[in-house]
Amino acid sequence: MNDVIDLQEAVVTLGQFPALTGVTLKVAKGEIVTIKGPNGAGKSTLLRLCAGLLPVREGSAYVLGENLNANRRAIRQDVGLLGHKTGLYEDLTVEENVAFWGSMVRAGKDEINKAIKIMGVDGRLRKVLVRQLSAGQRRRTSFAGLVVQRPSLWLLDEPHAALDTEGRDLVDNLIQEAAASGATVLLVSHAPKEVSSPSPTRIVAIAGGRITSDIYNEGSGDGVS
Amino acid sequence: MEFRDAWSIACKDLRIELRSRILTNQIAPYTLLIVVLFGFALDADTQTLRDTGPGLFWVAVLLIALLAIQRAVKIEDDDAARERMLLTPVHSSSVFFGKAIALFIQLFALEVLLFFVMLALFDLSVEDPLLICLSAILATIGVASSGTLYGVIAAGVGVRETLLPILLLPVLAPIAIGATRTFGDAFGRVDADGWAWLGLLSVFAVVYTVLGMLAYGQLVEDA
Repeated sequence: MNDVIDLQEAVVTLGQFPALTGVTLKVAKGEIVTIKGPNGAGKSTLLRLCAGLLPVREGSAYVLGENLNANRRAIRQDVGLLGHKTGLYEDLTVEENVAFWGSMVRAGKDEINKAIKIMGVDGRLRKVLVRQLSAGQRRRTSFAGLVVQRPSLWLLDEPHAALDTEGRDLVDNLIQEAAASGATVLLVSHAPKEVSSPSPTRIVAIAGGRITSDIYNEGSGDGVS
Repeated sequence: MEFRDAWSIACKDLRIELRSRILTNQIAPYTLLIVVLFGFALDADTQTLRDTGPGLFWVAVLLIALLAIQRAVKIEDDDAARERMLLTPVHSSSVFFGKAIALFIQLFALEVLLFFVMLALFDLSVEDPLLICLSAILATIGVASSGTLYGVIAAGVGVRETLLPILLLPVLAPIAIGATRTFGDAFGRVDADGWAWLGLLSVFAVVYTVLGMLAYGQLVEDA
């Protein structure tokens, strides 16, 4: 199976509420897919489903070759999810946070230092407590934790939120590099401006828990249309 | 279970507690306040205080344990770190063990403080220090293990602060009773076989730790 994500009529409920009402989506290795849609459309739920954090109520879901209906924990260590919350500890410094998450995935000191540097939270910021950081700096720190994790599937929920222009460019480059090295990226956005940044291979629209359009981006440079 | 992962998690929790100073600046003074209030409530009659000292000690420990457990849950909840942990290869039993170790160290430190304050204020004398040490260690293992387990049960609920005591205190009651009996014997205040009660504390410590290591993963999923 070449598809990293293969969802067939997947239904997910949050309590009694059907957040995804039958999603069919295939994503190949190395693709960057932007998911857009209005608030409450099911974008974040789709990411959490692909991370194996939510059970599939109906339909089938294969992610990284694993059947999520049978075992949704199997894929988790290969998935990196950046949601609205950053997953950081406020009373630890930038360095301590990245080192902690690095230690959880057996990353070496060099990898941790490299990730901190890549995300531009080195130097003076390195020893600053997360509670003292701006929202954008927190976002960068959280990204550094993700870089250390080296996931095969990146699930990013509004990754540009709170970032300045420099930060957005940094994240865009990171996403492009990840895809170029064979990782797959699912990127949620409801800001039209962000859809073209980074250049996605596809733009998928979702509304009411269903996919309403799936358009290949001719400008992505991969010749797919 | 990987002990290295558990130790990293324990060190992280302890570093956060040391840095936030909630343990030293809020929970520790609260501990002292409880002891002083008990003293006033019992009219500073040293005979009554001596007789009830072991029980008061463990009631105080349960109260401070509730605060420490709430803190341990909160630091994982504040920015969705618990969910992030699910996306690492770390086994849930390592996470449980790490959280329980950190809680044990914090509670034990507070118990030492509480113990010496009570010795001074209640004019207690220790007849069997070994029994005191062993019962404190075993009871604290039981409290830390069950607290870590029930903390994550209450984590997914909006009314965590009020739900946790209702869920946890009945579970901790046998530990409090056993530890009160061993302390009573060690202080020479009650006619009880402290070493037999120590056996009961050992059973609870083992049962809650094993149960926690087995059940924690599923409970985190549902939280």
